Amino acid sequence: MGEAQYNYKVVRQFAVMTVIWGIVGMLVGVVIAAQLAWPALNFDIPWLSYGRLRPLHTNAVIFAFGGSALFAASYYCVQRTSHVRLFGGRLAAFTFWGWQLVIVLAAITLPMGFTSAKEYAELEWPIDILIAVVWVSYAIVFFGTIATRKVKHIYVANWFFGAYILTIAILHIVNSAAVPVGLFKSYSAYAGVQDAMVQWWYGHNAVGFFLTAGFLGMMYYFIPKQAGRPVYSYRLSIVHFWALIFTYMWAGPHHLHYTALPDWAQSIGMVFSLILLAPSWGGMINGIMTLSGAWHKLRTDPILKFLIVSLSFYGMSTFEGPMMSIKTVNALSHYTDWTVGHVHSGALGWVAMISIGSIYYLLPRLFGRSEMHSVKAITLHFWITTIGIVLYIASMWIAGVMQGLMWRAVNEDGTLTYTFVESVKATYPYYVIRLAGGVLVLSGMVLMAWNMFRTIAAGKAVEGDIPPVAEGSGLEAPAHA
Amino acid sequence: MSDFVDGFWSLYVAGLTLVSIVACALLLTMQHKKRPAGEAVGTTGHEWDEDLAEYNHPLPRWWIWLFWITIVFSLVYLVLYPGLGTFKGVLGWSSIGQYETEQKSADATYGPLFRKYADMDIEAIAGDPKGKLMGERMFLTYCSQCHGSDARGSRGFPNLADGDWLWGGEPKTILTSILEGRNGLMPPMGAVVGGPDGVKEVANYVLSLSQSDHDPRLAETGKAKFAVCAACHGPEAKGNPALGAPNLTDKTWLHGGSLAAISETIDKGRAGLMPAHKDFLGPERSRIIAAYVWGLTAPPAATK
Repeated sequence: MGEAQYNYKVVRQFAVMTVIWGIVGMLVGVVIAAQLAWPALNFDIPWLSYGRLRPLHTNAVIFAFGGSALFAASYYCVQRTSHVRLFGGRLAAFTFWGWQLVIVLAAITLPMGFTSAKEYAELEWPIDILIAVVWVSYAIVFFGTIATRKVKHIYVANWFFGAYILTIAILHIVNSAAVPVGLFKSYSAYAGVQDAMVQWWYGHNAVGFFLTAGFLGMMYYFIPKQAGRPVYSYRLSIVHFWALIFTYMWAGPHHLHYTALPDWAQSIGMVFSLILLAPSWGGMINGIMTLSGAWHKLRTDPILKFLIVSLSFYGMSTFEGPMMSIKTVNALSHYTDWTVGHVHSGALGWVAMISIGSIYYLLPRLFGRSEMHSVKAITLHFWITTIGIVLYIASMWIAGVMQGLMWRAVNEDGTLTYTFVESVKATYPYYVIRLAGGVLVLSGMVLMAWNMFRTIAAGKAVEGDIPPVAEGSGLEAPAHA
Repeated sequence: MSDFVDGFWSLYVAGLTLVSIVACALLLTMQHKKRPAGEAVGTTGHEWDEDLAEYNHPLPRWWIWLFWITIVFSLVYLVLYPGLGTFKGVLGWSSIGQYETEQKSADATYGPLFRKYADMDIEAIAGDPKGKLMGERMFLTYCSQCHGSDARGSRGFPNLADGDWLWGGEPKTILTSILEGRNGLMPPMGAVVGGPDGVKEVANYVLSLSQSDHDPRLAETGKAKFAVCAACHGPEAKGNPALGAPNLTDKTWLHGGSLAAISETIDKGRAGLMPAHKDFLGPERSRIIAAYVWGLTAPPAATK
């Protein structure tokens, strides 16, 4: 394992943990989905209650599953497209163990009820500090690799990974600023509506940079690789990259429509969310059109199926998002399960599917195999996941629109037609369908774990050779961008 | 964190907003001019990781149009509505304005329906099918969270359908409870009755009052200590509606009737709060709800 080889070890560790945390996070999701249909399933045990498990679910799927996938993909991509071994060997190992420690601490403290009560940033201040340290190390490893690269141009996937790493560092540090009053309790540094605005500036940019930019980086590496085709348009990638950067930062206030947030901020949140439609679709077009000339591969290659269908879900949820940010639509959709459906069409359809596809691409290469133990199992995984996601989001659409309409229905005397509990009762069948969808997605992950362990058992850990600096690498050629 | 009251911040944020939108427009203009006419699209010539390359296809026309539409819409929106710093927008819209307009129009439509009942006797409203229906709907919207959809309450929240009233069940008293709210306070008496043993004795005495299971020996000692309780609950422990002090000789228990629950009540006290609805619902709606609540247990003949 010398300087002539890529650092696959850390990639391997993150790739395997992606699958493990995927199962854990989705299992907790299935449990709380079941609790919504049958509340008695918390068995009156505090740490099994919905309020504690829900943040555990979101943290586990976003930061443990999604985070590990992003670490694996970005570390693999950045060294292979920089033609140099990953910068900072020990530091890279630290990011793995540090990140796993963060996850384990989250899995212990959240069920115990320790929370800062900030959505998607519930972890208490000592863990927040650890996250910041790990994240800064991640940035050093990533940008250190870019800085020592042996090719002239920085590949497009790395722009997106770079933007995601930088922005998440800023978001996490600013939003988590708090005054500790003990080891397990702190209070936000901001108050009132300013706290709410900082929270959703963070919250929506976590969607924009963690769940979008990061996974677009993944898309830009693994789709052209798996399809064996060049990226569709360099120009389009420039426009949609910079447009995403200019606009995402502003979109947070759409989470606070019709609240105490000043009108001007709400308007800005809405217009920038609308402008986001085209830049988002730019990424989808670039990914899907990369397949032009190779469409037939979709019929036989289940990994490509995962990658391309994830882009379809990405396109769908980035259309739905801007629509839901329009105030009049939001007046109906906000606080309903429509939002939950929207989030999951992004989180399961886009984030989970692109990650699963990418991990299936990585595993055989990291363990010296030509393909996964069972390609048929990947195809089966693809179909179970797709059907599960469709059940999930379709049931939540119906439930959400129904709730919104029930809540605003009034009698001829202006009193409410339905009480809140009637809308809960009416949602019951949709909660059961959603649970079925979640169970399907979870079983797909279990199948993936089986396939992964069989592949690992049949192979052995390998490292990749770094190619010599060659003619045409661009390093010695004049710039021609 | 302080508020940004200086006028500079308005210009600052408005400027940044416009710069971000204009940057998108510029990016689009810069990149869409270069459209090779008819020639085959080549790659950029850059190559990574064995076979990674990029074509340089022009931006799809429909996509460019989509982008422009959202940019133009946004600029128009920011002229019409508040969004650029302190600029109010030419339509003069505000969310508080929208709220007030909707309130006014709701009042114009529904107001007369409620005003009809303003001077009617509460008993009469309870006997009026339409009034009763309106009362029920409002009860389900505003009261059921604590008192339950069937008005039977739950621990700490009084049952309104059992004919047993803490503060009195006269129509006017019920209306007062709704309008002004109630503050049911039982002070912590643990120290006064002599610590844990005293609490246990008094609790057994209280249980004996309603012929519930109790230890007669402890109850006997507790009886003497009950004197301090009699100030509110009365010497016969029949309660006092003027204070909201419950009758302890029946089997209705607001905070539980087990030895443990009663001991806790004596030891730590209880605080029950019924919020005032005067400002929130106003007298007319409160009156209709009072009629509904009274009607739940009123004898059928009483409703006129």
